[in-house]
Amino acid sequence: MTSPLEQKKIRITGPSVVTANRTWDGAVVYRTAKQGWSTELADSAVVSTSDDARALLAEATADDVGAVGPYIAPVELKDGGNVKPGNLREQIRAKGVTIDLQVPA
Amino acid sequence: MYAYDELDRTLINERVSEFRDQVKRRLSGELTEDEFKILRLQNGVYLQLHAYMFRVAIPYGTLSSKQLRRLAHVARRYDRGYGHFTTRQNIQFNWIKLAELPDALADLAEVGIHAMQTSGNNMRNVTSDQWAGVAPGEIEDPRIWSEIIRQHTTLHPEFSFLPRKFKIAITAAEHDRAAIKIHDIGLRLHKNADGETGFEVLVGGGLGRTPFIAKTIKPFVSGRDILGYIEAILRVYNQYGRRDNIYKARIKILVHELGIEKFAKEVDEEWKAMGDVGLTLDHTAIEEVRSRFSYPAYEKLPHMPDELKQAAHDKLFERWRKNSVSAHKVQGYSIVTLSLKPVGGPPGDATAEQMDAVADLADKYSFGEIRVGHEQNLALPHVAKRDLPALFKALDRLGLATPNVNLVTDIIACPGLDYCSLANARSIPIAQELTRRFANHDTADLIGRLHINISGCINACGHHHVGHIGILGVEKNGEEFYQITIGGRADENAQLGTLIGPAVPYAEVADVIEDIVEAYLALRDRPEELFVDTVKRLGVEPIRERVYATR
Repeated sequence: MTSPLEQKKIRITGPSVVTANRTWDGAVVYRTAKQGWSTELADSAVVSTSDDARALLAEATADDVGAVGPYIAPVELKDGGNVKPGNLREQIRAKGVTIDLQVPA
Repeated sequence: MYAYDELDRTLINERVSEFRDQVKRRLSGELTEDEFKILRLQNGVYLQLHAYMFRVAIPYGTLSSKQLRRLAHVARRYDRGYGHFTTRQNIQFNWIKLAELPDALADLAEVGIHAMQTSGNNMRNVTSDQWAGVAPGEIEDPRIWSEIIRQHTTLHPEFSFLPRKFKIAITAAEHDRAAIKIHDIGLRLHKNADGETGFEVLVGGGLGRTPFIAKTIKPFVSGRDILGYIEAILRVYNQYGRRDNIYKARIKILVHELGIEKFAKEVDEEWKAMGDVGLTLDHTAIEEVRSRFSYPAYEKLPHMPDELKQAAHDKLFERWRKNSVSAHKVQGYSIVTLSLKPVGGPPGDATAEQMDAVADLADKYSFGEIRVGHEQNLALPHVAKRDLPALFKALDRLGLATPNVNLVTDIIACPGLDYCSLANARSIPIAQELTRRFANHDTADLIGRLHINISGCINACGHHHVGHIGILGVEKNGEEFYQITIGGRADENAQLGTLIGPAVPYAEVADVIEDIVEAYLALRDRPEELFVDTVKRLGVEPIRERVYATR
């Protein structure tokens, strides 16, 4: 997965969201349509044009206290409007590590 | 163990207070992320995929039991119950909250642990041989020099804003366990013809996007001159190092572009021009640092105690002893490596419970001391041979007696895409699958010494270039692929591996590695010929042919 840290030009080819890490604890968050952040991908504002993506990212970036390092991430829209991560990196961010940690419960 | 003096304790505590204020100002919005980023990096705090990651220094890989217990406490109180030992004698916590970081730092400071020199474009944690001070044949304890350099470089203004990060490693043994040839500066302690102790100085090693093996810049620099000479190297680097291009900013690029002779000439001229700037170490200064290292009061013990003779019939114990127990410089004692590479486990991870238990075992069997190696394993450096059977039983109960040290399942792996924001592909699941494939210890013994190193991106935290088998994760059209190299090594004969063929998809990596190992077993001259020696003798081609013939 090409690191979104290298994201320079904003050109999206499909449904996308803006994601970041919450400042106080680093948790994965998604920008909502209500100009806030949510830890649930289902709550995210989904954009489908580059102009909308640019606008959503600009608005998210302005909230520097709320979240760190916002970027545009691809998503897939499933039947019924369910939003799913669009690549492995985002799957891992949304669902956690793919490994057995062997840490006692 | 090294005992910090009042100056060190004050520095660490002041650092905590300073960072507490910085975090407070960040959370209130007084500091932007752009302003805060450099401050958090100077305290070992990265932002990764899921959360902040907190990297804590373990200078020259030495920990007391009290310190290890405190790391366990941080894992339990502020994280998710485990930590990850890295390839540079650090430990990382993957789920730490920024708001709680000052408290975690304060808890660590109470036992003399900090996160300085673990990130940012400064002098990083000075690393050394995890067997320092106990390895037979060692010139002298390299940690004394590591500590002298640590003291000199910590918060040194000239070294705090370098073109890029800068790493130093020191060895004093014939066999290099500190991988000095893949460091910006590698120091090898030895004696000159007059019997004086000093350093062979190597420069310009490093992995990442453009890997280089370090070259010798000076065969001998006396101990008293080493700080001045390092400073001269740093000054040349500071002057000419590329600050305009992050990919060309490491000293290895400068050394490569100037050529080692020209670079050495520049350093010599700088060293001469510096004159006496107070960096010459007199005997008193060196002995002051040496005196703050304490060594165990070893007993006079037999070479072969009865306990060891009696345990020899226990096949599991004997397998572990032959694999994980090494010679100590003092008769009757051993160095015991604790494998953090259980079958199916993430390489280098330890739970808080394991850390606490190892601390207890260190108190009972190793004079309260633990070591951390760059291979992501732990060691108990002073175990009486009579105690080995009891220690084995205790370690086995903890899952820390896997007899795979230096074998095919003793895999070095970076956190990869499961944690790291820079990664292109996963590392840990590949390692886990490989440990399952080679889980049979008889098979692993048959294969012999074989180091597999895995990195999830070109930054090479898993040191894949110098793995006997190196695996590098890359991305192709959104899918994980892996490039495989063979023939690399990180020891005194360090060299970079050679690509064996086209990158393979995630699902095929373990099959390819198995084929490579099978090809080696078929091609080796004799059972004692190590994988890396077979590759050296035959080259890559015969193995490539066998592995890729049907692909």
